[in-house]
Amino acid sequence: MTDTTYDGPILEIDKLSISFFTRLREIPAVMDFSATIRPGEALGLVGESGCGKSTVALGVMQDLGVNGRIVGGSIKFKGEEMNTMSRERLRDIRGSQIAMIYQEPMASLNPAMKIGKQLAEVPMIHEGLSESDALARALEVVTDVKLPDPARILKSYPHQLSGGQQQRIVIAMALMSKPSLLILDEPTTALDVTVEAAVVELVKDLGKKYGTSMLFISHNLGLVLETCDRICVMYSGEAVERGSIEDVFDEMQHPYTQALFRSIPLPGANKNARPLIAIPGNFPLPHERPTGCNFGPRCDYFEDGLCNENLPIEMYPVHGNDRHQTRCLRFQEIDWNAPIDVGAQTAKPEPGRVVLKMDNLKKYYEVAANALFGGGDKKVVKANETLSFEAREGETLAIVGESGCGKSTFAKVLMGLETATDGQILLDNKAIQDIPIEERDTKTIADVQMVFQNPFDTLNPSMTVGRQIIRALEIFQVGNSDAERRERMLELLDLVKLPRAFADRMPRQLSGGQKQRVGIARAFAGDARIVVADEPVSALDVSVQAAVTDLLMEIQREHKTTLLFISHDLSIVRYLSDRVMVMYLGHVVELGSTDQVFAPPYHPYTEALLSAVPIADTSITKKHIVLEGDIPSAMNPPSGCPFQTRCGWKSQVANGLCEKEVPPVRILSEGHQVKCHLSDRDLADMEPVIQIAAE
Amino acid sequence: MGLFILRRLGVMILTALCLTFVVFWLTNLTPNLEKLAKTQGNFRMSDEAVTSYLTNRGYKQSLPQKYGQWLGVLPGYVIEGSDGETRGRCVAFEQPIEEAPRFCGILQNEWGFSTVFKEDVSTIIAKRLALTGKLMFWVMMVMVPGALIIGVLAGMREGSGTDRSLSTVSIISTATPEYVSGVVFIAAFATPLFGMQYFKGTATAAMDDANFINFFLPVITIALYGMGYIARMTRASMTEVMTAQYIRTARLKGVNFRTIVLRHALRNALIAPFTVIMLQFPWLLNGVVIVETLFNYKGFGWTLFQAASNNDIELLLAVSVVSVFVVLVTQLISDIGYVFLNPRIRIS
Repeated sequence: MTDTTYDGPILEIDKLSISFFTRLREIPAVMDFSATIRPGEALGLVGESGCGKSTVALGVMQDLGVNGRIVGGSIKFKGEEMNTMSRERLRDIRGSQIAMIYQEPMASLNPAMKIGKQLAEVPMIHEGLSESDALARALEVVTDVKLPDPARILKSYPHQLSGGQQQRIVIAMALMSKPSLLILDEPTTALDVTVEAAVVELVKDLGKKYGTSMLFISHNLGLVLETCDRICVMYSGEAVERGSIEDVFDEMQHPYTQALFRSIPLPGANKNARPLIAIPGNFPLPHERPTGCNFGPRCDYFEDGLCNENLPIEMYPVHGNDRHQTRCLRFQEIDWNAPIDVGAQTAKPEPGRVVLKMDNLKKYYEVAANALFGGGDKKVVKANETLSFEAREGETLAIVGESGCGKSTFAKVLMGLETATDGQILLDNKAIQDIPIEERDTKTIADVQMVFQNPFDTLNPSMTVGRQIIRALEIFQVGNSDAERRERMLELLDLVKLPRAFADRMPRQLSGGQKQRVGIARAFAGDARIVVADEPVSALDVSVQAAVTDLLMEIQREHKTTLLFISHDLSIVRYLSDRVMVMYLGHVVELGSTDQVFAPPYHPYTEALLSAVPIADTSITKKHIVLEGDIPSAMNPPSGCPFQTRCGWKSQVANGLCEKEVPPVRILSEGHQVKCHLSDRDLADMEPVIQIAAE
Repeated sequence: MGLFILRRLGVMILTALCLTFVVFWLTNLTPNLEKLAKTQGNFRMSDEAVTSYLTNRGYKQSLPQKYGQWLGVLPGYVIEGSDGETRGRCVAFEQPIEEAPRFCGILQNEWGFSTVFKEDVSTIIAKRLALTGKLMFWVMMVMVPGALIIGVLAGMREGSGTDRSLSTVSIISTATPEYVSGVVFIAAFATPLFGMQYFKGTATAAMDDANFINFFLPVITIALYGMGYIARMTRASMTEVMTAQYIRTARLKGVNFRTIVLRHALRNALIAPFTVIMLQFPWLLNGVVIVETLFNYKGFGWTLFQAASNNDIELLLAVSVVSVFVVLVTQLISDIGYVFLNPRIRIS
């Protein structure tokens, strides 16, 4: 269906403005947005949540719902104005010329329709193919997206596939009619890193193969660097900077872009020597935007009387660069190469005595094979296998792994929400593995606390913030009177740097970062000595992440807290942890200090993980490792080494040992252990995955 | 699956036992028995005569004993009465006592004898159930498609004019109980009052020969009540499905609206109402009692009404057992059907 006669830009967006209309007011979601995508080009659209990047995508699709409307500007697809298109013409274009890939693959596939049918629909509508021809095409495309056993997949329902497979199906669906423009709306956010890496590679390859232009929407700068040619940074409904990847990454000309890069943990950032710099303030709500520059109130280069004048700020071209523009009045005055104003440097604290010791901890679950009708065989899920480690006072131990690796189960057992199947957990030399949380004494409960992943769900929506913290104080038996507890609660708010006035607010009045601070205050209410932070910042925006991480570090330094930091994000782990434990399918595959884990020799899984994490730095070269397939189910783990089904090094081990035996724990150097069959020589030959080019 | 059905059957039997015991106890309260004696004998009976009437016919035995006999786990009574006649529970008409079987409860498939209709309970139930089955069939034929169409039409564009008007109609129809709508329909369409005398106000003739004129009013009266409810459920589930992401996916694939509704939304939207439809069956039994009495259609509901108002113990018990059976069987079908409609449950 590709129109071969047209050779201008595929998509031209000119001064587009989109508003949502509520009963109260008009809320401008996108203002004065322009972008051009040429054939075969990939444009990355980057920004924090609420900045209007998804609205742009839906605007291009002309699918804004009942409340949304395009209030100005034009969108031209291959020179044809889309805003005035008839519904029939739009339907023709959607799916055949412009296709979209969505954030949540499970939700965007029809649960009651077989995959084959959903795929075949596209060419049947647009090209009038017969069902059998369409299915043949579907089979071809499913083979193209590298799914195993395509014929079987066509006959299955979406819920029978894993998340990564579902996303491949969504990609296949988008490619069924060989579109000229592909819109990807956070296509990998819901996926694990190693799966993400594989999906991203697939998208890149297919884009090249079919010559498709792409609009890639993401909040992840690293991902955009890996996939796109050009980038457009959005802030609060406006594009603030756009240009080629190299220009924007290396010669940024807008304070927001700069601040964004400084708040993400790049290799080289370190919690003691070079801490992250959080962007001060909060993201403005669409109806509370400041006059003048939207970023003004949070900007380091703000100039009164210039940046807050009530005048529209235009995109100014940056001379000398190709189509590089910025929406900043002062970009020519700012010295962009000025060295980073390094924040307060702190000395690395010495780890204290051992407070927590795990010894051969095991946790097995029994699940019924058939949930609805009961009965059937019982299956054993081995969520944790022989977990042993020590954690010292004032230390940050990161636990890294993808979903299903058992990191959350371990947290549950430690907290007492589950009891261990076997092994020991020693808290100050006291065994607590068999004591469920109901039977633990107040001291133990107050000592071991948790900060949860999703701050939106873990606060009671109908209780004020202060009341929730006081409730925790009551439970931990802190303070003798209500007045005393209230005083302590206000101190806790100070500790997490929230204004005291927040005590009387409801959780819904708080932003995500503020909610997470309340969660941290609650965890520290009883002077917790061990805090399990389960992905505490992964639900937050980049600029807020830095602030919350720094807060955690600061409290830790003051209170000498032991922090167990559960995460799948290796960048942040490298930034803040002292030691790292890598888990895969319930096994600890590697354990060591941060430097040891992030440098060779690696466990093959750590190596793949490191390679999979996108890094937003053009000066870094990475070794390219893409893992095949998905993480096996813990219900049906592979024989021998848990990682053998995806391991790239398996052929180096003789006699198929990997398939037969679980590798023993090997001590490589002081405090560095690996569970692998590879010979010492192979391990020693490993090259570093990440290399910073000499500057 | 087999185990699941077996468990369901167990629950069914247990429920039936409990329910019949309650009914048995209520119908065997002394005032009810006195009333029974007087309606069966004569209204001017003396208290002594009532006592001897009841004693002679085994009504004065203890409650568990009588219940056991009705179930067929205890041998039926044989009593030599104060009037010199020997009566046995299991003795058929003009049968010598020696030839009668010892047990005659529902386990022996002996449902007893109706004191109102002077007929075997099993024949009454069979005949009346068939008549009600006919009524229910037509109710379902009108109600289910009607409700689904209204629900889907209302739900496919939430907040539109169609949605508002159809929702109003369905709320009104659920809010009107059968004894109101039935009377209104009879007044409007079966009397010359408004000059719209299209239908018959009685459905007695429909028992043998149902046609549009004599059967429409009872059917629509029951159907309307359930229709509103199911339509509301369908609408709710449809609106939810229409906002789902996979509907947006379909829309952005270029599928036209008609196909989106029919191919993508419908099956997903029907999962929730299916359970509701099956749960409507027990409710329909309610409506059946009112409507059959109102239209003098001598079916199961009418029989229940007659049995209850005349304290016809064995008939009432049989009706209860059948009702329990109907309710629980529909639940079973609903659970199994749900599994087939929802692939996520089927293959897990």
